[in-house]
Amino acid sequence: MLRSSQPLTGPNRRRCREDEKLLGTILDEGERGFIIDTRSAQAAKQARMSGGGTEPKSSYPQWRRLHRPLERGRPLQESFIKLVEACTDPSLSMDRWLSRLESSRWLGHVKAALSTACLAAQCLDREDSSVLVHGAEGTDTTLLVTALAQVILDPSCRTLEGFQGLLEREWIQAGHPFHLRCARSASSHARGKQEAPLFLLFLDCVWQLSRQFPFSLEFGEQLLLTLFDNAYASAYGTFLCNNEKERSLCKVKESTHSLWAWLNQPEEKQKYLNPLYSHNPLVIWPSVEPQSIQLWQGLFLRWIRPSQYLDEAWVEIQRLVEEN
Amino acid sequence: QVENVRLLDRLSSRRAVLGTLYLTATHVIFVENGSETRKETWVLHSQISSIEKQATTANGCPLLIRCKNFQVIQLVIPQERDCHDIYISLIRLARPVKYEELYCFSFNPKLDKEEREQGWKLVNLNEEYNRMGVPNNYWQISDVNRDYGVCDSYPTEVYVPKSATAHIIVGSSKFRSRRRFPALSYYCKGNNASICRSSQPLSGFSARCLEDEQMLQAIRKANPGSDFIYVVDTRPKLNAMANRAAGKGYENEDNYSNIKFQFIGIENIHVMRNSLQKMLEVCELKSPSMSDFLWGLENSGWLKHIKAIMDAGIFIAKAVAEEGVSVLVHCSDGWDRTAQVCSVASLLLDPYYRTMKGFMVLIEKDWVSFGHKFNHRYGNLDGDPKEISPVIDQFIECVWQLMEQFPCAFEFNERFLIHIQHHIYSCQFGNFLCNSQKERRELKIKERTYSLWAHLWKNRADYLNPLYRSDHSQTQGTLHPQIAPCNFLYKFWSGMYNRFEKGLHPRQSVTDYLMAVKEETQQLEEELEVLQERLANLQKSQSGDNKVKSKQQDRSKEFGLYTSNNSLANTPQEYSNDLKSFPSRSPSQGDEEDSALILTQDNLKSSDPDLSANSDQESGVEDLSCRSPSGGGCLPSEDSGKDSDEAVFLAG
Repeated sequence: MLRSSQPLTGPNRRRCREDEKLLGTILDEGERGFIIDTRSAQAAKQARMSGGGTEPKSSYPQWRRLHRPLERGRPLQESFIKLVEACTDPSLSMDRWLSRLESSRWLGHVKAALSTACLAAQCLDREDSSVLVHGAEGTDTTLLVTALAQVILDPSCRTLEGFQGLLEREWIQAGHPFHLRCARSASSHARGKQEAPLFLLFLDCVWQLSRQFPFSLEFGEQLLLTLFDNAYASAYGTFLCNNEKERSLCKVKESTHSLWAWLNQPEEKQKYLNPLYSHNPLVIWPSVEPQSIQLWQGLFLRWIRPSQYLDEAWVEIQRLVEEN
Repeated sequence: QVENVRLLDRLSSRRAVLGTLYLTATHVIFVENGSETRKETWVLHSQISSIEKQATTANGCPLLIRCKNFQVIQLVIPQERDCHDIYISLIRLARPVKYEELYCFSFNPKLDKEEREQGWKLVNLNEEYNRMGVPNNYWQISDVNRDYGVCDSYPTEVYVPKSATAHIIVGSSKFRSRRRFPALSYYCKGNNASICRSSQPLSGFSARCLEDEQMLQAIRKANPGSDFIYVVDTRPKLNAMANRAAGKGYENEDNYSNIKFQFIGIENIHVMRNSLQKMLEVCELKSPSMSDFLWGLENSGWLKHIKAIMDAGIFIAKAVAEEGVSVLVHCSDGWDRTAQVCSVASLLLDPYYRTMKGFMVLIEKDWVSFGHKFNHRYGNLDGDPKEISPVIDQFIECVWQLMEQFPCAFEFNERFLIHIQHHIYSCQFGNFLCNSQKERRELKIKERTYSLWAHLWKNRADYLNPLYRSDHSQTQGTLHPQIAPCNFLYKFWSGMYNRFEKGLHPRQSVTDYLMAVKEETQQLEEELEVLQERLANLQKSQSGDNKVKSKQQDRSKEFGLYTSNNSLANTPQEYSNDLKSFPSRSPSQGDEEDSALILTQDNLKSSDPDLSANSDQESGVEDLSCRSPSGGGCLPSEDSGKDSDEAVFLAG
């Protein structure tokens, strides 16, 4: 699986031999690959006007392009804000709750993200084909898809350590602009233009997987909540800045502590482990039917509904497993 | 018997299975042709809700069977004539006219007469009332209805306040719809508050009845800790008022001393029937978008109704537990919403009803004994379709919603609820037949059929909640569900309404795994004890002649059974067909894009081993077969063989 940003085809349908050659080296003679473009065909075409575009079939004959539009940027942020507002609105009657939930479209985004990641996974696992994933910049929906696909495909990404490695690789080092994206979250009125909850969407998708495959992830909800918190405000330097270059300029590694170092301490680690975990070597294919995708109550209703009874249940689960 | 019938999978029309269809006196059976598995799908005629013959296509005649337990079976029959025959037969078979046609009268689990009797004695309501603490200084048993002379839908024995004489009871019954006078449903030992139930008073605009007023006073007096009682009418105010024009209505606070009247609007059976219908339509959508689903669900109003029932139960529980005030509950006839609300309230108040046995008792008390019209509501026999309504289904769902909010509070698990619902419609056992205790006694149900409770009790290991501990804080005392905000706490119950769609559910059952862990721990502890004893004996005795037997279990294999099942393969669904929610692409781009083709049969490896080998089966997930062989096993998760002497094959 490869990721990149969009090719700069432009309005004049420029070609780039080196790019074509690079992609050519991936595939053998007669083999076929898939390009998953996370923009709609329309949007991708329009991107040409501003210098971007798509890979024309003629120049990349072995690659088949699929468009799976995933929401990003401003609209995704709006979706997030609407959802949070619906959850915290005390006057909302049961009559209108579901339509408010629906109009936020958040769950639709979760469904789309999971579906696309599954598609990428299917190309690799079922079709034995290579996949190239890109959107526009290659820093948002692209990473969402590649990271999620790996959780689905690769059991080592489902271990606590492996998952951290995945985050380092596919989000942090790959250059997701955390500083811009995770500035103010949902409640702030200062609507930053670059703000967008892609990382939260990723965590939500991972939570959906953990719900559908309760034995297959070594970590639990608590880890996901902690990651969410730290992406927005952290005592650690892990999610600072927008890319490795900035981190290097700011001397992040020299002047801050790593979140991973803290999480992996034996006493801390305990909190994040899933007592039901049992290594599952196979691919986990989630159901993306609407009934299977649920509101992540632990995050969105965190401060609204008491978690006491559910926490007690987890303590009980832990106890049963430990006693054994 | 019809051959070469295809059974279609709802989610993917590719997964059609070829087999043979059989029609017996009690079941529809589909047997797969596949050489190794020969999987069977059994459907009881009683479960059939509707049969739809669809337009003939090139492939054959489609027949859609919808069941009351939400199973939907799509068959394609090659010959139109056969399809028509099956259709006509099923229509007749699914609409029995006499009770004797029902399965419970022929079902034979091969128990002797005494076992059958014992099964019926498992739940004893007298014991239950004693457990509650009645009869006592404030409450007495009345046998005024011993021959059903006062109210034919009530049981022969009812509990009434000490100061309610026979005269008062009879007088009150004449002033109540269907003569369902106020009677005790639940008594709270701790503070003497009680929940009583009745039907609406025949008050019209201005009618009064001294005895009825005295009855309510008697209820109040039976609770010295409070100087008033609540009267809760579970209908919307408008409906109740409309009833006045028909000479019925509700209690006027001016006429009844010391009552506080309260409407808690729950809609009527017709609204509920339509609501379920709409929700099931959403469930039948093929690959709906998130929007379709949420809109459809909201449009059905189903969860809103569930919440309304729950809110009523919460109100009553609060009145009893926190205010120490008695409550009289009624709706119109006092056998639908009243039953729902009283049983929810009882469940919240008393941890006993959250145990397996207690739950059975609760249903026997508030539903069976108090004359809930099982036959009319669930269509045991062919009847008026306007009487059909998912009343007890809603109660069962309320319980599930509570289980989701309070995972440690119930001794039983989701499967218990689902199986109970299944059997309310299956008519395999006699508990839920007829409309009243009187009718059941006339039919001699206990002598001629078997009790579901005994069957469930025998298999109780399957129904336990591993997180339940009787000493846990969640299991003590009253449950307090969050009241507001709480809309989001109500979830769509896909375990019930999409029960037979395996692909939708979490592949791995945490409940079953934890039960196995628990059992194993227990076995290990027992073994440890035995070994320790053995060690002690060895140390004591000289000769090594000890014959202490320890339970030899193949531990690793048993435990491994569950851990290895966790890693069973599961198959990807079709991820490519959700193009609706995205902006449609313009036709000119067709040549550059192939999304529709990517995952069709041609592109995928043609024989996907996972699709055919049915490797989706894992612990705790039910398969499509819904069979009921003899020996008591009657539901998907139970492993049993086909009962050949029961099946009577119809020719053709």
